Amino acid sequence: MSTPTPSTEVAKDTSMLQQKAMIAGHYDRLATAREDGRKVCSTFVPGNLNELIMSFDLLNNLPEVNAIQSGLRKQSGLYVMEAEKHGHSEDVCTYVKSDIGMILKGNVGPYGKPLPDPDVLLLCYTGCYTFMKWFELLRERYKCETIFLQIPYEGDGKITQNMRDYVVKQLKEDVIPTLERVSGVKFDIDRLREYLRNSAKAEDDLVHVLQAAKTKPSPIDAYFGGIYYIGPIFGAFRGTEDAIGYYRALREEIDARVAAGQGPVTPEGDMGEEKYRLVVEGPPNYTSFRDFWKMFYDEGAVVVASSYTKVGGVYDFGFRHDPDHPLESLADYCMGCYTNRNLPQRVDMLANYVDEYQADGLLINSIKSCNSFSAGQLLIMREVEKRTGKPGAFIETDLVDPRYFSPANVKNRLESYFQMIDQKRQGGAVAGEAA
Amino acid sequence: MAATKDIVARCEALFEDLNFESARAWKAAEDGRKVIGYLPVYVPREIIHAGGMLPLGVLGGGDRLEVIHGDAYYQSYICRIPRSTVELGVTKRLDFVDGMLFPSTCDVIRNLSGMWKLMFPEVYTRYVDVPQNFDDELGGAFFRQEMEELKEGLEGVAGRKITDDAIRESIAVYNENRRLVRELYAFRAKQPWKTPSAEVYLVVRAGMVLPIEEHNQLIRDYLAAADAEDRPMRDNCRIVLTGTFCEQPPLNLIKSLELAGCYVVDDDLLLITRWLLDDVPTEGDPLGNLARAFLHNSESTSAKYVDDEAEKGRYLVRAVKETGAEGVIFAAPSFCDPALLDRPMLQNELKANNIPYIAFKYAENSGQMQPIREQAGTFADSIKLWSAA
Repeated sequence: MSTPTPSTEVAKDTSMLQQKAMIAGHYDRLATAREDGRKVCSTFVPGNLNELIMSFDLLNNLPEVNAIQSGLRKQSGLYVMEAEKHGHSEDVCTYVKSDIGMILKGNVGPYGKPLPDPDVLLLCYTGCYTFMKWFELLRERYKCETIFLQIPYEGDGKITQNMRDYVVKQLKEDVIPTLERVSGVKFDIDRLREYLRNSAKAEDDLVHVLQAAKTKPSPIDAYFGGIYYIGPIFGAFRGTEDAIGYYRALREEIDARVAAGQGPVTPEGDMGEEKYRLVVEGPPNYTSFRDFWKMFYDEGAVVVASSYTKVGGVYDFGFRHDPDHPLESLADYCMGCYTNRNLPQRVDMLANYVDEYQADGLLINSIKSCNSFSAGQLLIMREVEKRTGKPGAFIETDLVDPRYFSPANVKNRLESYFQMIDQKRQGGAVAGEAA
Repeated sequence: MAATKDIVARCEALFEDLNFESARAWKAAEDGRKVIGYLPVYVPREIIHAGGMLPLGVLGGGDRLEVIHGDAYYQSYICRIPRSTVELGVTKRLDFVDGMLFPSTCDVIRNLSGMWKLMFPEVYTRYVDVPQNFDDELGGAFFRQEMEELKEGLEGVAGRKITDDAIRESIAVYNENRRLVRELYAFRAKQPWKTPSAEVYLVVRAGMVLPIEEHNQLIRDYLAAADAEDRPMRDNCRIVLTGTFCEQPPLNLIKSLELAGCYVVDDDLLLITRWLLDDVPTEGDPLGNLARAFLHNSESTSAKYVDDEAEKGRYLVRAVKETGAEGVIFAAPSFCDPALLDRPMLQNELKANNIPYIAFKYAENSGQMQPIREQAGTFADSIKLWSAA
C-alpha cells in the first residue's frame, strides 16, 4: 500500500489565510517583545486566561502551540531527540520534549524567529498532569516567577461550589496580585470585562461554525479543518477584536458553503462526495498532518465533530465567558475544558455527537504522549458503540514525534473501518427491507 | 516472641492473596461491615476508619496476576497498574468492595476513577482531589471541604454519621501506625542487615489489607523480633530507592537490589503509610488538622507540586544525608508520567550535591531481574571503589 503524496499546492479558504497571518503576527510580536518593552507570560492552552493576561499588557506564549507549529514544520522530531539526549524519558509527552529540545537548540520559534524568555510562567493546571512538571522544568531553566493555578477536576461530573470558590480565591489572592507585580500594571476589572465580552462574541460564532457540521453535507471538517478554526480562540486571541473579526468572517464563509451545498475545503481543494461522517476523539498527529488528513478525504470521510476542538474550551453546551461574573466565569471556563471532564461526561458528549451530527461512528486517534486523553479511550469507544449502535475504530499515533506515525498501519485501519461502516449500512438496509 | 520468619510468612501470604481473603473475612465477621478500596498515593484513611469501615489498599496485581481482560482496556503505552486493577475488578476479586477512591496521583489514576464509575456503577466511586496550593486559606480550605464531601459520601456507604470524635480517635490510631512505620524505617536505616528491605516491604504492605490496630501490633512484633535476631552484615553500599510511589515493583526487584550489594535505607514504597510526617493533632477540627498536616507536613513525591524552586529535589538530598546513604536508585514504572518527568530535575539536584545515582524502569510484572541486578551491582561496586569516602 503506497503512502499518499499530497500535492504541493495547498488550497486554503480565506479564513485559513487570515488566521495564519494572525498567528504569524503573534510570533513577530513575541520575537520583538524585548525591544518593544513587552513582558511575556507563558501558559497552557486548556484553561488559559488570555483575557486576564491581556489585562496586564502581557504577551501570551503557549508552549503547546510552539510544539504543534514545530511538528507541522517537521522540526519537532529533532527537538524530541535532543531532549531525550539530555535525559528526558522516551515514555513521556512529546510536546514537553519538543519544547525543551527547541530551547536547547537556541529557542528559535517555529517561524524562524527567536522566542523571548518568559517573565512569568502561569501554570494553569487544567486537565493534564504533565503541565505541572512541564513548568517545573521550564522554571528550573528560566528561574522566573511561576504562578500555580490549580483547577480541580470534575471527578463527579460537575462543578461544585467548593471547586469554583477555590479557583476564584486563587485568582483573587494569588494570580492577580502576582501578575500585577510582574507586569507593573494595576488590575482593572472593567478592562477584563471588556475582553470577556469580546470572547463571548467570538465564542458564539465558533459554536455556529462547529455546529454547521450538522448539515449534510458538512461544510467543514471539524477535526483537521477544526484545528484551524480553534487556533485563534484557543491561542493568544481570545478576547481580542481580531478574534471577533476572524470568527465573524469564518461564520459567513461557512454559511455561504452551507447555502451552496458545499463540503469542506481540503488542502487539495473542495472535498468530493461526502461518504462517511465521523466523530473523532483525541488530538491529531501533527508531523504528518496533511498525509493523515488525506487518508480521510480521499475516502470521502469528513469529521463532523471532534473532542479535540473542545480541549481549549467547551462552548457548545451554552457556556460563554461572562463579563458580569468575570472571575467565576474564568473559573468555570477552566473547569469545563474537555480533558478536565470525567470519563462518563466524555462518553455522553461523544455519544451525543454521534447522534446529533448523524455520524457513522466514533474514531479514536489515541496519542502515545497524552495520558490525559488516552487513558480510558478503549472503554470510551465501547461505551459509545453500545449507546449509539454505531461502529467505533481505534488508531494510534503521536502528537509531534514522527517516529510514532505509521502511515501504512493507520491507512489500513481506516480503510477497514470504512468497510465496516459500509457493511453496517448494508446490514441496516437489508434489515429494513426485511421489515 | 514470634520469629521474623513467621511474621514475614504471614505478611507474604497476605501479599500473595489476590482474592483479599483477609479483608473478606473481616467484612463477613459482622453484618453491615463495609470495605473501601483506595489507590496510591494518598487518601485520608482516617475518615474511612472513623466510619467503622476497612480501608483496603489496591496496588495492582503485581507479578502474580495474569492480566487477560485488563489489556483490552489499555494501550501498550500506559503503565501496568490500571490494567491489573481493572483485571481485579472484572474478575470479581474486588466484588466485596463497597467503595473505591482514586487520588489525584496522575492522569491515568484520575481517568480510572471515571472508568470505575462506568464499569461498576453500583460501587461508590470518588476521585480524591488533593491540594497543590499549600496556603491554608486556599488549598487548605479547598481540601478541607473536599474531605467533608468525601465524609458525606462515605456516610452514605457506612449507613451512619461519621462524627468528629470518631475521626479524632481514628487519627490517634493512624498516628500510632505512622510512628511505628517511621520507627521501622529508622531501624532499617541504622541496621539494614537486620531488616532486609523485602521484609520491611511485606510488613508495611500488610497494613494495606489488615485493620490498622492489627497492623500496629504486627509492626511492634516484627521490630522486637528483628532486634532480637542476629543476622550477618554484608559489605553492601547504602542507597535510597525512589520512583516507586505508585505502581509497585515486583518483590524480586527489591530482593535483587540487596543481593546485588545495595542496602535500601530509604524508599518511597507505600508512601501512604508515612505520608503525614508527624502526629496529626487529636484536638480541634479533625478535617482541618488533616488538611494542615497535608499542606505543611507531608512527604515529597513527584506527584506533588513544589512551589519553592529552591526546594526541588531537596527531599532526596535530605534522605541521603539523614540515612547515611551513598547513592540513589531511580526506579520508575514504565510510562509513569510523574516519576519520569520529574527525574531530570531530581537528578540535577543530586548532581549538584555530588550524590551518585542510576536509573532504570520496571513494570509490576517484570520477570527478568538479571539486568537490574547487574546494573545495581555495578553501581554498588562503583560506590565502594570510587566514592570520596
